[in-house]
Amino acid sequence: MTFLSGRSLATRRLVLQGIGSVALIGFAPALAAANDPYPEDAFKQKSDTDAIKALYGRPHEGSDKVKLDAPEIAENGAVVPVAVTTSLSDVTSISFFVSENPNALAASYRIPEGTVPAVANRLKMAKTCNVTAIVESGGKLYSASKEVKVTVGGCGG
Amino acid sequence: MASSIRVRATANGGTTEVQALIQHPMDTGLVKDAQGQLIPAHFIQQLSFEHGGKTVFLADWGPAVAKDPYLKFSFKGAAKGDELKIGWTDNKGASDSTTARIG
Repeated sequence: MTFLSGRSLATRRLVLQGIGSVALIGFAPALAAANDPYPEDAFKQKSDTDAIKALYGRPHEGSDKVKLDAPEIAENGAVVPVAVTTSLSDVTSISFFVSENPNALAASYRIPEGTVPAVANRLKMAKTCNVTAIVESGGKLYSASKEVKVTVGGCGG
Repeated sequence: MASSIRVRATANGGTTEVQALIQHPMDTGLVKDAQGQLIPAHFIQQLSFEHGGKTVFLADWGPAVAKDPYLKFSFKGAAKGDELKIGWTDNKGASDSTTARIG
């Protein structure tokens, strides 16, 4: 870049600043999320054990205070309604793992203070397997699992 | 274009229940189309809900969330008539956002 004169460098900087501010306006919704990075690595893990390790890096224990609501039998693996409620306090996150999916981690929710520690969503399931919900409460991990029988897998043809 | 996000937020005794339905293919990247070509992965990665400048709920999603995702949660501290901002971004860099009024 040594061949650039001072003036063109200044123009270049102006242009770059312009691009920067346009990008900021365009991605305003993404800006809030930027403080909480997307856990790319955890979503790439194949098994639920590895995914839990990548996301939390700590062991978890089963707890009857975590209520996982999932159907016994899901006729359509493409849409399986799964919900979690918990009586634990000080909850900071709730995550869902489907053990036999190509990537076990399905969804992870950050629960700020003032938000009720309960979430309902719909997941895809490749075949019959365990669905595990992990609730992070006061820095500790509590879990609940349930086997859901899938008659038609959620992976298309 | 109509928004991809449909939200219903109802305040009841200090707690606001939020239900959101988003139109998105949530392609996993593992499914083939009729021509036998893999449909590339296309799914929402982050979805955030903001009330009064504060994030009240943040979802990180993988492709295992069902097509046209549905989500339900509740939070405290909002009143009827308040605004709730909802925005998502997907793995292709697309995004959408909307503002709903709590009823």
